[in-house]
Amino acid sequence: MRREIPLLITAIVGIVFVIAYFIPHWPFGKMSGWFSDWFSIVQGCAIILGALNLMKLSLIKVMDRKEDWGYAAVIIVTFLIVVVSGAYEGEEFRNPGTSFDWLYQFVYIPLSATMFAILAFFVASASYRAFRARNFEATLLLIAAFFVMIGRVPVGYTLSSFMPEGWYLSDLASWVMNVPQAAGQRAIMIGIGLGIVSTSLRIILGLERSHIGGGD
Amino acid sequence: MSTRAKELVALLAIVVLAVIAYIRKVGGAGPIEFSSTMSVVVICLIALSLLWILVLTIKGRLIGRRVVFIYVGVAVSLPLFMSLTQKVSPSPEVIQLYDAITELPEGSKVLISFDYDPPSAPELQPMAESIIRLCMQRDLKVIMMGLWPQGPQQANLAVEKVFEDTAITNKGLKYGVDYVNLGFQTGNEFVIQRMGSSFESMFSTDYEGTPYQELPLVRNVKNFSNIDYSVNLSAGFPGTVEWVQVAVDRYGVQLGAGNTAVQAPQMYVYLDAGQLKGLVGGMSGASEFEDLAEYHGKGTKYMLSQSFAHVVVIAFILIGNVAFFLGGRKSALKGQEP
Repeated sequence: MRREIPLLITAIVGIVFVIAYFIPHWPFGKMSGWFSDWFSIVQGCAIILGALNLMKLSLIKVMDRKEDWGYAAVIIVTFLIVVVSGAYEGEEFRNPGTSFDWLYQFVYIPLSATMFAILAFFVASASYRAFRARNFEATLLLIAAFFVMIGRVPVGYTLSSFMPEGWYLSDLASWVMNVPQAAGQRAIMIGIGLGIVSTSLRIILGLERSHIGGGD
Repeated sequence: MSTRAKELVALLAIVVLAVIAYIRKVGGAGPIEFSSTMSVVVICLIALSLLWILVLTIKGRLIGRRVVFIYVGVAVSLPLFMSLTQKVSPSPEVIQLYDAITELPEGSKVLISFDYDPPSAPELQPMAESIIRLCMQRDLKVIMMGLWPQGPQQANLAVEKVFEDTAITNKGLKYGVDYVNLGFQTGNEFVIQRMGSSFESMFSTDYEGTPYQELPLVRNVKNFSNIDYSVNLSAGFPGTVEWVQVAVDRYGVQLGAGNTAVQAPQMYVYLDAGQLKGLVGGMSGASEFEDLAEYHGKGTKYMLSQSFAHVVVIAFILIGNVAFFLGGRKSALKGQEP
């Protein structure tokens, strides 16, 4: 029963959602609404479960002095600081001037932005070391990248401002994005879409069972 | 000097510079700003040093990745102190979003979904600020929400920034009447789907905890049919793709999108198909939108840094390819340092 019930729930919910997409009337529209609400409730609980699980794993790591346990200790301390500051401030914990808002604005935002900004250095270094015109395809990619990189910033417009209208670097970049790039994206998305349809059918029919923690 | 010592010296130099800049700002001396001449001199020096690196590469001496890091750091940070301006050329997709908002009659309701968090804020926050500013300027009603937990907080920060403008403050806009923040709701695309039948079922209270029915702006908003235009500011999942698949395809919502530069290419498919009515991609899109809205905010300011960074990366790609073709093929292919 531990396997059959989850499979049955998956099948019923999946079939109802498919039907409700085409026939959004009673009873399918109503059922689809219930299932959407249940999904939100389950996801809300999963967030709490995830946070508690993170704490449990981090505590075990610290207590057992496993490799890199210091990072786990940082997770526990920062988690507690944020939770305590939020609880201390009460219902209006997100309002400007609260300690929670201070942590958000002056710790969380700068740290997150810094982590993301580091990508610029890695992209530049990787481009320098690996972006080579090794063959025809790589050369094509290199040329397209050149036009997009220079055409998407104002300096590209400035450099090509002597050209006739419609032939600026920014226009070339727009053409690359709208024509060959969009065609490639469309092909990828159709492939992904077909993959999703076949995987979803396998899940609804109970042929794919990895989501309930087991093989076929 | 060992590599570690060099790294420590570089770190120390950055910290000292940051402290000097901060002390100047706090002391009332204002932010550091290079004159136009000084800016041109700095640019010329950087260009000359890049040429020198090219010469070294031709001679067979490849530079290390730390040098690339330094150049990227300089290219991003120095323009922040420069007073140069650039001519921005708005792209058709940005013009489309701008037109969609400006063509709305006074009092129209615009739904803005903040589906991003602080890591993507440097790109998306300037868009949020200029879009909200434009809506308020044109007396449109703004309804904000988020499918990402931090989204509504980003929305509040954007509104705070917009209200720093006296032209907006003087309008006497009221929360709950002219703009509202409905907060975050978990459930990803299911939230969008439920909003198709009832907004209130997903947002029984706003961000502050005020019941939905006590908010004059949304009291009569039942579902998407009461929304005139929607903008999705997205950095991933759930985001623009989900809004297109559910809100646009199923409920016929008029949707424009603001995406990170990484995500934007994926959206051109929806733009070409007419499922998106306008697209603002990355920082460059934000600066183009600001240019159209005649508001020079963060997007315009940071665009100079992005221009420099792009030019430096292109220069290093060219240098790398020179190294590849002029004898250094073996080491260049392996990405080895000299």
